[in-house]
Amino acid sequence: MEYEPVIGMEVHVEISTKSKVFCGCANEFDAPPNTHVCPICLGMPGVLPMLNRAMVEASIAVGLALDCTISRWSKMDRKNYFYPDQSKNYQISQYDLPLCHDGHLDIEVGGETRRIRIRRAHMEEDTARNVHTLGSGESGVDFNRCGVPLLEIVTEPDLHSAEEAHAYLTALKQILEYLDVSDCNMEEGSLRAEPNISIRPKGSEELGTKSEVKNIASFSGVQKAIEFEIRRHKKILDEGGAVQQETRGWDADKGLTIGQRLKESAHDYRYFPEPDLVPIVVDQAWEDTIRETLPELPLPRRARIREAYALSEFDAGVITATKPMADFYEATLSAGAPPKQAANWLMGDFQALLSDSKTEIQENKISPEQLAEMIALIEDATISGKIAKDLLAEMFDTGKDPKALVEEKGLVQISDAGELEAMIREVMESHPGPVADFRSGKHKAKGFLVGQVMKLTKGKGNPQLVNKILDEELEKT
Amino acid sequence: MTMTLDLHSRTAHELRDALRSGETTAVEIAQSYLDRIADVDSRVMAYLDLWEEYALEEAGALDERLAKGEDPGPLAGIPIALKDNFCTTHGTTGCASRILRNFESPYEGTVVTRLKDAGAVLLGKLNMDEFAMGSSTENSSVQPTHNPWDIDRVPGGSSGGAAASVAADEAAIALGSDTGGSIRQPAAFCGCIGMKPTYGRVSRYGLVAFASSLDQIGPFTKDVEDLALIMNVICGRDPLDATSADLPVPDYSESLGREVSDITIGLPKEFYTDALNDEMRAKVDAAVAVLKEQGARVIEVSLPHTDYGIAVYYIIAPAEASANLARFDGVRYGFRHPDAKTVEDLYKLSKSEGFGREVQRRIMLGTYVLSSGYYDAYYLKAQKVRALIRQDFDRAFEQCDVIITPTTPTAAFKLNEKIDDPLQMYLNDVYTNSANLAGVPGVSIPCGLTDTGLPAGMQIIGKPFDEETIIRVAHAYERNRGFDPGKPPLE
Amino acid sequence: MARITLEDVEYVAGLAQLTLDDQAKQRLLKEMGEILAYVDKLNELDTDGIEPMMHVLDISNVFREDVVTGSLDRDAALRNAPKTDGEYFLVPRILDTE
Ligand SMILES: [Mg+2]
Ligand SMILES: [Zn+2]
Repeated sequence: MEYEPVIGMEVHVEISTKSKVFCGCANEFDAPPNTHVCPICLGMPGVLPMLNRAMVEASIAVGLALDCTISRWSKMDRKNYFYPDQSKNYQISQYDLPLCHDGHLDIEVGGETRRIRIRRAHMEEDTARNVHTLGSGESGVDFNRCGVPLLEIVTEPDLHSAEEAHAYLTALKQILEYLDVSDCNMEEGSLRAEPNISIRPKGSEELGTKSEVKNIASFSGVQKAIEFEIRRHKKILDEGGAVQQETRGWDADKGLTIGQRLKESAHDYRYFPEPDLVPIVVDQAWEDTIRETLPELPLPRRARIREAYALSEFDAGVITATKPMADFYEATLSAGAPPKQAANWLMGDFQALLSDSKTEIQENKISPEQLAEMIALIEDATISGKIAKDLLAEMFDTGKDPKALVEEKGLVQISDAGELEAMIREVMESHPGPVADFRSGKHKAKGFLVGQVMKLTKGKGNPQLVNKILDEELEKT
Repeated sequence: MTMTLDLHSRTAHELRDALRSGETTAVEIAQSYLDRIADVDSRVMAYLDLWEEYALEEAGALDERLAKGEDPGPLAGIPIALKDNFCTTHGTTGCASRILRNFESPYEGTVVTRLKDAGAVLLGKLNMDEFAMGSSTENSSVQPTHNPWDIDRVPGGSSGGAAASVAADEAAIALGSDTGGSIRQPAAFCGCIGMKPTYGRVSRYGLVAFASSLDQIGPFTKDVEDLALIMNVICGRDPLDATSADLPVPDYSESLGREVSDITIGLPKEFYTDALNDEMRAKVDAAVAVLKEQGARVIEVSLPHTDYGIAVYYIIAPAEASANLARFDGVRYGFRHPDAKTVEDLYKLSKSEGFGREVQRRIMLGTYVLSSGYYDAYYLKAQKVRALIRQDFDRAFEQCDVIITPTTPTAAFKLNEKIDDPLQMYLNDVYTNSANLAGVPGVSIPCGLTDTGLPAGMQIIGKPFDEETIIRVAHAYERNRGFDPGKPPLE
Repeated sequence: MARITLEDVEYVAGLAQLTLDDQAKQRLLKEMGEILAYVDKLNELDTDGIEPMMHVLDISNVFREDVVTGSLDRDAALRNAPKTDGEYFLVPRILDTE
């Protein structure tokens, strides 16, 4: 039987506010255990939560970027369950009235655009971290993460393949990064994706029974876990069995999902409105103020950049993959660089330097102005493109201005025809073989001779001029 | 030091004046109270944690500041004691529960800080029903407190220790909390003044929560002037409590000594029924007559949903409590059962042994009414009826400025009389809990003694955030009632 | 409303993480049954169209600004805990994960 997978995605994003969502503890990853805790996030008797305005505003920004409706009136609720990752044994979350709802995100898969509906995005608090590697054999609880602001973003079951799920997560992460509201670091857990998967006979409208997968630490893990679940469901159904609704954990090492035993009552959360917090009312004016602060989002920016600078679809996509990259690109253009050349340098040598050194573009030493200046030096033939490659590496290491480096290192291109002619003659005299080869019709030999000339000029020979003079000299018999 | 002998029997404003005039010192005042406690508390059993040394040190420091001409604040040198559910960095905060025994709070509640900043000398922590659940203080896991007027009777609850301490001159002022009547009912039983301010008037930050949408901190005092004095200190917005109202706080002392000829008193007909003991009714009628003589107009009003208050209360309060008390799990603080081998055991054993019977009953009830399939029928229904109850008050207050009722249907009952019948115990709050449900302020003020010598209390309920008018009416009554309610016969 | 059953009592005890012996279950069955029967009087009232009251205060949008105001020293955070290793709060080994 042919099946169609139906996938929904639940993403928890830690919002990178300065302080936690209900208290004044620092929102920081990787601090020593239980050092970013206070009576409030430890759930001490008598404490009260106080909602962080920055969390509300960041959540509204995400909602707007996902074309959600922002609730004019919403509230926080208590979700009751006992587990040692809780300090109050309830989580403050949003139940029936999420802050953002009914949005969508367009993704591109196989050259086609698909619209994924966003059911809701709601605010909640992150849980404590449990550590099971203590010598005593007991588990430890670290409350540093408890109370970190968390935005839960839930789609409708609109995804139909692991590839689409991957594309959705990539697009979502891109938007969150453009908004600068989260680190989106899956390994550190600041972005956690939990797909739910079911399959149904192709053409059927009915939904199959779904399983939900947790503990996935990378986008490729999400893809693999979904693929695994689709295969698992197929096998069960093909063998005449029934899929069980359950939560499963992803084992990245073994590449499979494992069922998690849970008591039935674990899902009776007894939600009720949080009496310690008051309603959140977002009027049009507040919504508009936040909308005005939104940056240009990835898709429109890509389209604009492609058209404005006559780039290819592919180049525009790479340039706008991250906001810092796109910002850098446009700043380079503002400093006078021609669009195509700037794109080539950014996507080529510059990108290689960044990835080899694992440096973020916004933290690298080269400024957009310096890159533009370097490109200008090539354009006015002060340096060759080949020299520029070395120059860029030097700039990347030192942060020095390209002009200063060119002078300091004597990298100015030799464009004096007389000087080059003398050097070319010297090369021809010392390599009579290749010269003879060329003249007998083996034109490939020219390449060797150009190489030798460039070697003699230490790479500084103006390539066009070198070619031109060499051609002239080889013509002379 | 014969002069100090009677210090403990004075009111806070009298002590303040004695201190400012140089008649006495903060240390003498504190010592007088400590002596009184040593004298009577073995019978009253109001204190759970007495801070003798601390109180004398603080008083000494205040005397030094006074000697330097500094102004240590409006409560300078006034000995104040706190219900055991106020988080204090000194001493323990146990809510009279086994599960929180010896808990040393790492932080201080907002109201406690305000008291200290105003120069109050804190004497210690007072007994209560465990986690404020009860109407007799018999649900304390530590000890019962006795009514100073009759040692065989309960002081009321849940702030029984606080009421008894003020009535027995073991504190000049005490602070308690009121979720369904837990200040006003024990104040009535013990013959002192007890006020529950408007919900949102006093910060709840640092008050161990019972039912978050109903809890409110309030004072017990010996007279109305002291009530104004303490309200001036504890009221007002707190940036740590999202439910504390951002409204200006009047100077309550300006409500003292004023006329009531422009006041209309509403008597809700639903409160004056057969359930009300004749003697209590006579006392309240007489008190209303005093105010009428002073020119107040008296009308009948209706609070038609009064009869549903207890039912609403016993859904909402346990529901909120079931979540509020979930944090007592033996991980971060409190009692942890030594036999727990799994996390589930840790929770189950610690809770089952740590919580008393009444607390477990309410957690069970609250969990049930919130559980899958029952939420709409119980919790949501109760919230709707709660809206009707509030509406009743809004409508009544279109006709009158204050509502006067008895505080309790009867005077203090005997220890052990109702302990085995939870529903009967719950019905004790019948006159007080609707003020919590509606969020309106109310005070209980003594209005005489019954034939058997037990205090009766009159409740004055005001409009939201209009504690001023309540204090004004209470003071007019106190000034003109024509009798001295006297002191309990403890000697 | 349907009467509360022994199974309900057991289920709710599970949700609330309380251990009850048979006697306690029977006692609670009776007491909760009485209270719930009393509470049933709310059904005398027609509440269609009534907005449930979440807050007696008509206020909204009370926020704190995003400012770090500090944390407890770890010793102070752990001081009341029945069991720690000086860094972590300790619980019996967690077997199942949610
Ligand atoms: Mg969630
Ligand atoms: Zn904190």
